[in-house]
Amino acid sequence: MPITNQFLFSLITAIFVGGVAGCLGSLMITRRMALVGDALGHVALPGIGLALLLGLNVSLGAFVFLLVGVLLIWFLEKKTNLATETLVGVIFVLSLALGFLITPQPELLEALIGDISKVSLLDTSVSIILSIFVLYVITKIYSKIMLASISEDLAAVSRINISKYNLIYLLVISIIVALGVKVVGSLLIGALVIIPAAASRIFSTNMRQYVFWSALFGVLSCALGILLSQITHFPVGPLIILVCILFFIISLIFKKS
Amino acid sequence: MQNILEVKNLTVSFNNEKVIDNLSFNLKKGENLVVVGPNAAGKTVLLRTLIGMIPFEGEIKWQENVKIGYVPQRILPEKNIPLSIEEFFNFKKIVPEQTRKALQSVGINDLSVLKKKIGVISSGQLQRILIAWSLIGNPEILLFDEPLSGIDIEGEETIYNLLSQIEKERNLAMILITHDLSVVYKFADSVLCMNKKVICYGSPQEALTPQKLSQLYGGEIKLYKHAHH
Repeated sequence: MPITNQFLFSLITAIFVGGVAGCLGSLMITRRMALVGDALGHVALPGIGLALLLGLNVSLGAFVFLLVGVLLIWFLEKKTNLATETLVGVIFVLSLALGFLITPQPELLEALIGDISKVSLLDTSVSIILSIFVLYVITKIYSKIMLASISEDLAAVSRINISKYNLIYLLVISIIVALGVKVVGSLLIGALVIIPAAASRIFSTNMRQYVFWSALFGVLSCALGILLSQITHFPVGPLIILVCILFFIISLIFKKS
Repeated sequence: MQNILEVKNLTVSFNNEKVIDNLSFNLKKGENLVVVGPNAAGKTVLLRTLIGMIPFEGEIKWQENVKIGYVPQRILPEKNIPLSIEEFFNFKKIVPEQTRKALQSVGINDLSVLKKKIGVISSGQLQRILIAWSLIGNPEILLFDEPLSGIDIEGEETIYNLLSQIEKERNLAMILITHDLSVVYKFADSVLCMNKKVICYGSPQEALTPQKLSQLYGGEIKLYKHAHH
């Protein structure tokens, strides 16, 4: 199996994005937003479609649509009494419908399950920088959002501006989803965010363990998925998710025994 | 003595229905106020309005830069949350020594509790943990919302002994929500009985007359009888 630069670029990109996605996922499950990552993956679809149509960077296209979607959700959440999940649900089907109309047929599969085999050095560098940035932001906001998810009242008396942190949090989610659609596609990005964290949650007894194992499962899933793809020539995205699920099952068995 | 809190004509509405109706009271530094009333009388809403969680009409005037400690009725959406009690205290950005002292002041000397998941401890234990947590940073006032159930009578009694001890040691002001009237006589400097509106307000001996009590809880008893027809 030849180790090309191209292969290394894919591997490094996926490892960084996977690790940070896992980390962020741990926070999303706690906020009961497990399906939000999933939905946002779909919100990205029209952006991916447009980017493919115009020959632009897929993540960039995705990010523009995610930004609009997330701001819309945040705004509507403040203005109406609807739950985040309800709003995300509405915006997500809207995007999905638009996405299917916009995305050209031959590229639709790439948009849905991702294609990391062609990432350039520039793509890789941007992914690494953004991943590190998101990781930094997560460490800054983690405990505040965790406290707010236990009790908004306690967060409020601790003078935490919940609305501000929610916005920051949604913004970093959209960055990671935008990077992640390149790796596993808009259909599977939700899984990359949630399953490593779900697996870690099964056995973690404190927050530190929980975050650590979420990130590690994310990293390992991406690395193993890409290696498996080299051997089997199946697409990378689905393989990564299958490895995630494997970790989830192992955690369940490990917990029982 | 200076007022730590002044509430004037406070009204809170949900969907055009008044949940708190024209409530006024004051609280002096170091004084405690016990709030009683039937279920759905707006007691918890009152506390949450005071900490700024709910929009209102009227006036809430806190002493400038007041530090508030708050013990909510309950926390935690789920039992399985991977958060240790130690990490919960670390949200406060403090050194371990402060955590130890705070736990001591609520009668927890066994520090092994710090390693436990916050979702698995008993409700009585959680209540103590929340009080300890709220005491960090030396608040000038403590708002305590009694859980409706979950703490056994023995546990409940010690919680009030604990609160009165803390109050004396730290000269805290307190607002305490309870459904246990005996707490009022043992504990309160003043009492506020409310059912959306103020039914009585003043020192326990003067304000809490048998008439006022039947006015406060009578409605509920009648309703209960109707339900069985």
